[in-house]
Amino acid sequence: MKRFLILLAFLATPLYAVQPDEILSDPALEARAREISQGLRCPVCQNENIDDSNAPISRELRILLRERLVEGDTDQEVVDFIVARYGEYVLLEPVKSGANLILWWAAPLMLVLAGGIGFVTVRNRATAKPEDDLSEDEQKRLREILDA
Amino acid sequence: MIAELGHFSLILAFGIALVQMIVPMIGAHKGWRNWMAVGDPAAVSQLLLVGVAFAALTYSFVVSDFSLRLVVLNSHSAKPMLYKISGVWGNHEGSMLLWLLILTLFGACAVFFGGNLPATLKARVLAVQSTVSVAFYLFILLTSNPFIRLEVPPFDGQDLNPLLQDPGLAFHPPFLYLGYVGLSMAFSFAVAALIEGRVDAAWARWVRPWTLAAWVFLTIGIALGSWWAYYELGWGGFWFWDPVENASFMPWLLAAALLHSAIVVEKREALKSWTILLAILAFGFSLLGTFIVRSGVITSVHAFANDPERGVFILAILFVFVGGALTLYALRAGAMEAKGVFSLVSRESALVVNNILLAVSAFVVFIGTIWPLVAEMTMGRALSVGAPFFNAAFTPFMVVLALVLPLGAVLAWKRGSMGRAFKEMTPIAILSVALGALVFALQTGKSALGPVGVMLGLWVVLGALYDLWARSGRQGIAARLARMTRMPRADWGKATAHIGLGVTIFAIAGLTAWEQEDIRTAQVGVPFTVGAYDITLDGVERVQGPNYISTMATMTVRSAGDVVAVLTPEKRVYPVAAMPTTEASIRNGFLSDIYLVIGDPQSDGGYAVRTYIKPFANWIWGGCILMALGGFISLTDRRLRVAAGAAKSKTRAVPAE
Repeated sequence: MKRFLILLAFLATPLYAVQPDEILSDPALEARAREISQGLRCPVCQNENIDDSNAPISRELRILLRERLVEGDTDQEVVDFIVARYGEYVLLEPVKSGANLILWWAAPLMLVLAGGIGFVTVRNRATAKPEDDLSEDEQKRLREILDA
Repeated sequence: MIAELGHFSLILAFGIALVQMIVPMIGAHKGWRNWMAVGDPAAVSQLLLVGVAFAALTYSFVVSDFSLRLVVLNSHSAKPMLYKISGVWGNHEGSMLLWLLILTLFGACAVFFGGNLPATLKARVLAVQSTVSVAFYLFILLTSNPFIRLEVPPFDGQDLNPLLQDPGLAFHPPFLYLGYVGLSMAFSFAVAALIEGRVDAAWARWVRPWTLAAWVFLTIGIALGSWWAYYELGWGGFWFWDPVENASFMPWLLAAALLHSAIVVEKREALKSWTILLAILAFGFSLLGTFIVRSGVITSVHAFANDPERGVFILAILFVFVGGALTLYALRAGAMEAKGVFSLVSRESALVVNNILLAVSAFVVFIGTIWPLVAEMTMGRALSVGAPFFNAAFTPFMVVLALVLPLGAVLAWKRGSMGRAFKEMTPIAILSVALGALVFALQTGKSALGPVGVMLGLWVVLGALYDLWARSGRQGIAARLARMTRMPRADWGKATAHIGLGVTIFAIAGLTAWEQEDIRTAQVGVPFTVGAYDITLDGVERVQGPNYISTMATMTVRSAGDVVAVLTPEKRVYPVAAMPTTEASIRNGFLSDIYLVIGDPQSDGGYAVRTYIKPFANWIWGGCILMALGGFISLTDRRLRVAAGAAKSKTRAVPAE
């Protein structure tokens, strides 16, 4: 319930995603701003990027990153600037270093592992002898009949 | 009184579940027929009693009985009837009761449709199914009782979260639960088979329709949720890689893998232990999904119940069932030896590739979903794993899957020829690549995403059509068409579902690549241009709805002077819940949607307006409908209905030649 009320406090003053007054006049710069803001997470929302988010803080961040861009920062500098202030929590794409390498390498490693197991399984099936239709007792009985 | 009746039947059903959990299991072990037979009436009466409990709760919502705590928290007398009813499962307690109702429904269906099952297997399946029920009865009765009364009932309720007051979302949870819980049948069959110590072709044939049904429902449920997000959240996104979405996507991927591996068990008696493991994991992920949603451990928009006590309880259920089943698996899986023989290049091998891709992609979704939790618990780092990670790590699997699918689908069983498959498929490959290239040449801005989507989508769709055509013989067109109508329904189901996948792949790529967006301040009466359309904001007015107040804009969309559509995007405020929502207005078109959103008034007298042109948006859900339809067609195949080899349980292996 408490969480719901907090959520409510933000929703009570709806400000919708990117506002017309935020948009930069230079289309190339604006495109870069959109690109960056889609990779940054709104700090108070649940799994929304600041480009889509309606929260006031997202609007502040959108304006902030545009200011940095206008001042001539590169995309990476802008992202670093915001991460320095809000932590790596705002990065929707986790950094590819340190322990996060486990996350990034998990899929390829698992694929190699699964591929290996799959290959061995299939090869076993390909080289396996088709099961004899008769059990040992039946074989014995067959021999008896044939020898008789 | 009615609520107490519901409460009482729920407790009674719990008692029956205890009996059903124990008696048939012992009966099957000792070979006592009368003990085994207890399962049938017990499963049916569980369904009836939980049905009564659910009906009682629904009644309390319909008549707005505000002496029930749950009704007060989630309903309001002014709410439209549809949402009074959907309010029953639009909250934690009610949704768990729905979960239980569906669980008992599947248990009873095993009785209704399980006439041809061997008595011991059926008894064990029902006992395992009831063990799952027992856990959920306890969960509901101990931590999430929907029938709690208030001593001092208030005059009116607090209303349902307005975001949930929507037709798309009203039916999203029931379908999703039918899917989640449907996988419990696959789980019960797997555990029963492990106890029984026998997995054969007949087992695979019995377990497949349940998996298929669960997968169809999951497909519909996920599609409904995504469609809802598209029109309700106000910017036309359809998938966010939100933990809760992932929670439903992982069982979907594993169920899809299970569907395909069960075919190999049925045809060749191979991949048995893998199929059992998949069945356990698929349901395990359904439980994990429930845990994620219900505990709020991974906070997201959907986590409307976040009570640690409940979270721990579900986690315990998860550990007991998955842990127990995996232990049993470790003890028994060795006994499942493969029988059939197939060569490296064969349909069977292609299905193994399908399983590898689907299972590893489910693993990617899994690790991405829990990584923030792991990082926080082990390293104390607060980090996020969002769409960019999943797009990069998951998409390649789907691309490879789409590339391999049409080839694998035409390979012969047992011993196929890669050369022949390539030769057969070359014209389709050339056509797909050529059309992709054409699109690349025509489009402005040289992004590869759209053309690649066209290419992959066509390749999958045409491949599925070719597969049908190739199997219709060598006579004239009339004879071939006549033969196609007589093909097994499973073949049609396969083609339809694969076409659906192709359509969805194409649509997602097309929408992402060619979407147009316009954000501006629109003045009343002054037209502006987006793409091929001229749009005018005609006026904005306040409208009073049944339980909300709306700011409604009227906007006219013209193309070359002709009116294409008059749209009315709204901003609503629900005073009881004190919550605003955006109601985008969408003109649904076959080729593209026009999507309008009205924002706040601006200082210069205009309004913030967002316009999106969304090409092929509806094709995404169209593809999902085709996939679900394909599953449904396959489900009606008579092979799944006739007494599936009860006498054939000792299937013999056939030599590879």
